[in-house]
Formats: sequence, C-alpha cells, structure tokens
Amino acid sequence: MNETYRMLAEFAQTWGLLYFVSIFAGVLVYALAPSRRGRFDAAARMPLQED
Amino acid sequence: MAHTIQLKRMTTSEMGLAIFAALFSLFALVVAAKAETSGYAFHAAIFTLASAASVFAIANRYFNRPAALPPQEVDGRPNYNFGPVKFATIASVIWGIAGFAVGVVIALQLAWPGLNLDLPWTSFGRLRPLHTSAVIFAFGGNVLIATSFYVVQRTSRVRLAGDLAPWFVVLGYNLFIVIAGTGYMLGITQGKEYAEPEWYADLFLTIVWVVYFLVFLATIIKRKEPHIYVANWFYMAFIVTIAVLHLGNNATIPVSVFSPKSYIVWAGVQDAMVQWWYGHNAVGFFLTAGFLAIMYYFIPKRANRPVYSYRLSIIHFWALIFLYIWAGPHHLHYTALPDWAQTLGMTFSVMLWMPSWGGMINGLMTLSGAWDKLRTDPVLRMMVVSVAFYGMSTFEGPLMSVKAVNSLSHYTDWTIGHVHSGALGWVGYVSFGAIYCLVPWLWNRREMYSLRLINWHFWISTLGIVLYITAMWVSGILQGLMWRAYTTLGFLEYSFIETVEAMHPFYVIRALGGLLFLGGALIMAWNVWRTIAGAGEPASKMGAIPALVPAE
Repeated sequence: MNETYRMLAEFAQTWGLLYFVSIFAGVLVYALAPSRRGRFDAAARMPLQED
Repeated sequence: MAHTIQLKRMTTSEMGLAIFAALFSLFALVVAAKAETSGYAFHAAIFTLASAASVFAIANRYFNRPAALPPQEVDGRPNYNFGPVKFATIASVIWGIAGFAVGVVIALQLAWPGLNLDLPWTSFGRLRPLHTSAVIFAFGGNVLIATSFYVVQRTSRVRLAGDLAPWFVVLGYNLFIVIAGTGYMLGITQGKEYAEPEWYADLFLTIVWVVYFLVFLATIIKRKEPHIYVANWFYMAFIVTIAVLHLGNNATIPVSVFSPKSYIVWAGVQDAMVQWWYGHNAVGFFLTAGFLAIMYYFIPKRANRPVYSYRLSIIHFWALIFLYIWAGPHHLHYTALPDWAQTLGMTFSVMLWMPSWGGMINGLMTLSGAWDKLRTDPVLRMMVVSVAFYGMSTFEGPLMSVKAVNSLSHYTDWTIGHVHSGALGWVGYVSFGAIYCLVPWLWNRREMYSLRLINWHFWISTLGIVLYITAMWVSGILQGLMWRAYTTLGFLEYSFIETVEAMHPFYVIRALGGLLFLGGALIMAWNVWRTIAGAGEPASKMGAIPALVPAE
C-alpha cells in the first residue's frame, strides 16, 4: 500500500505536473496567438448578430 | 422538393418511441403491482401514466401535424425550435417559487421547530432535500435547459437537432424532478447530499441526460457558424461533467427491481470522497459552468456590447474546468480522508480563485461603454449584481476551504450563508436576468410587461439576500466560536443546546430574508404571466394601469 502510494505520488508530482502545465501552456498559446486576434474579436460579437 | 404531394408517415422515432413507451408502461404497471413499498408503487404508477400519456401525445402530435416535419430554414433564415425552450422557461418559474417556498418553510422550522407539524412527510429531514433539489435541479436545471437550447440555436444559427428528442429532454427532466421530489417526502432517499434520488430515478435521469447531450452536440455539429461560441463550451462542459459525476456517484446495486432500495458500491472514506467529488462539482459545473454560459451570452446581448475579452474567456474556461474537478476534498477537512488529499483539495480551491475572478472581471467589464444602462435597465442591473455576488462567493469559498478557517466554519451556518450568497445572489439573479430577457424574445414581445415590477423584484430580493447572508455570517461564526470555547478548567463552555438557543434570532432574520426573496420571485411570476398574456404590448400602453407602463 505504501509503495503504491509512493509511486502514484511520484508520478503525479512529475508527469502529472508536466501534463497540466503543458496543457495550460497550450491553452495560453491558442488564446493569445496574435494570428487569432481577428477571429476572436469577431467571436466576441457573436451574441450581438441578429438573423 | 421533387414531390408536390408528400405521403404522411410516422417517422421511425415517433413509431419507435411510441412502441417503447407503450411497452414500458406495461412493465411499470407490473412493477407497481409487485412493488415492495407503497412509495415505490406510487412512483411506478407515475411512470405507467407518464409512458401511457407520451404514447397519446406522440399519436396526437402525428395526427395534427402536416406531412412534412418543420423545415430547417424558412426564407433562408434558421427556423428555430423554441417550443421546448418556452416549456422549460415556464417550468423554471414555477419550480423556483415552489423551491423558494419550501426553503422559507424549513427556515421557519429551524426557528420554530413545531412547524414540522409532527408529521414524517413534513419533517425537516425530508423537506430539506426537497428544497435543495427544487432550487438547484428543478429551478436551476430548467433555466439551464431553456437557455442552453436557446443559446446553442442562436449562436450556431441552426434549428435544434432532433424532432422528439428536445421534448423528451424537457419533459423527461421534469418527470425526474417529480419522481425525486415526491420520493423525498415519502422517505425514498439514498442519503447522499444533492444526489438523494434512488437508483431507478438515477437511471431514468441518465437516459434523459444522454439525450440532452446528443441534442446539444448534434446541434453544434450542424452549426452554420465556423466558431463555437464560448457559452456553448461552458454548456458542453456542464452537460458532460454532470453525466460523469452522476454515473460515478450513483454506482449502486438495487436490492430488486421491485424495491426502491439500493446499495452503493463504494465503501467508507472512498464513498465520502466520491460523494464530495460529485457534490463540489455539482456546484462547479451545474451551478457555475452552466450559469457562466448564461453570463457569456445574456450580458453581452442585453448590454449590446461584445464580450470584454474573448481571449480571457477561453483561458477562463480551461482554467476553471481543470481546477474545479480537484476541489471536492475541502468538504472533508479533519475527517478520515488522508491529510494529503485534504491539502490537495484546499490548494486547488485557493487556485480556483484566479479563473473565478478572471471570469467575473470579464463579465463586469463587458459593460464598459454601457455602464449608464445600469441606471435604466433593471434586468442588466440584476445580472451585473449577480456577477458581483459570483465574485464575492468565489472569494469566500477558497477562504473557507483553508483548513484553519474551515476548523471554525465547518458544520456551522457560515457554510449555509456562503452557499446562499452563491445560490441566491449569483445563480438566482443571473437566472432571473435570463428569464426577463428570454420571455419577451420567445413570445415576441417588445419588452417585459413592467420594468417597474422588475425593479421591485430586484430591490426586495436584494434586501432578502443581504438579510439572509449577514444573519448566517453572524450566527455561523457565533456558533463556531461557541463550539470551541473552553473554560479555564478545560471543559467545553457551552452545551450544544445553548448554541442552538443562541441561533434563534438569526434564524428568524434568515426566514425573513427568504420570505423577501420569495416575494420577489412571485412578482417575477406575475410579470412573466402578464408578458406572455400580451399585456405589455405597445398597443395596450393606454390600458387600465398606466402606472405600470415600461419606463423607457
């Protein structure tokens, strides 16, 4: 039981951390990339468009 | 269309659902006859009647409808399906009043215990889950179904997917509410907070929820807009996560198909952890993600301003859903749960402060350039105050999850106050705001019947919320301090009943606060009723009550 816990904790504290940080970094890149500015500005107005 | 005359035929889904409902009606009848308890027999009878009624409803609809199903587009514009949205909107108003009223009753019971009437059905232990389920799942759930079906159509610019499916979702969900609510009063419960309904109700809800997911997903898949609007992301996270939580926390084995009783497969502290993984994420994904979706559509729409920062909304979304799922253990501080898990829950709760406030700022700043509207538009004011309450309660929550604070606040009324600043302030107000927007849009009215009445609703219920949460802060901290007070000899200074006695004045104030909140909701119901009846139309401006004509 202790060994399982140690292994799980070690895995979570290294690979788990890396996994979360890289996903968050990916989200930041996606959200902040200058090339998407126009698309997101348009998206911000989506509720205002009437059909 | 190549054919000028279309042969009228039942669709496969009409035929299939009618046959299935007929068979299920017979099955439920057998269960009702052989049920081990009268409460379960009653529920099986409800299922029998509901299934039989749906056979008639499907057949009736078939006989009355034209040969062709409603077109996807009319004159090049999407032919939106607002019938189920209308139903869920009205249901939310009715359930809201029922849920708030039961809340007032149990608040009064806490102040004057004799009001439990000494009957099992009206005891606090049975009415309390009736209140929580009615406000969260019946009121909140119907608001979420109504707004999600509205927003996904408008932002995807297509008709809602499915023909019978949207109606199955709306009616099935409300049938589940009836089963759950009557079950509590009859004493049918699995004793899990916010997950009280027994196995058969859970199974039925699972089916309804999967159909809800499919309708939503299929609508998004056939969208005409290339981009999926952020509100739809929040709705999707809400639907998917609630499905996962519901399955995990209700992994039960029924005693028999003729018994309402079941046993959970988890044991001991694991069960407690699964329960609060569910419980906290019901807050995070039902009461937060879903209503943030409302914020991201209805506030820009009402203020006629774009979302302040669309990029922030994307970061808000991913950070919120990633962090929320870990916060559950803070409900189990100082219990048998391993210490590291408690610390983990606390840490993630504190981190959650950042996306929460990011979202709050995004919602509030959407008003930049339109702040003057707060003075004239009570609906917008309601939604903005709601976002302010969101900010307040998401600051208070991480604070209370810190172990040192929790040792004082846990099991006290402070928790109840915290929950209600989120529930009445945030969820309640953003829902009222959405209802006030939706009703005129759905029924083609220029505006609500009376903006003055919305103003009354706003101020009366704001006073109610303030009374409620301040009373609970004082009583909660008083309670916590009394519980931990020691004499110089090391004995506990107060007996438990002394702390109960000290709570009385605050319980009376709280009940008054709840009563005011209920009063506000009744004003809303009247206003909604008059709007749908057409009383607010420009044509009737010269009507009998000129004082109630919209101020603008």
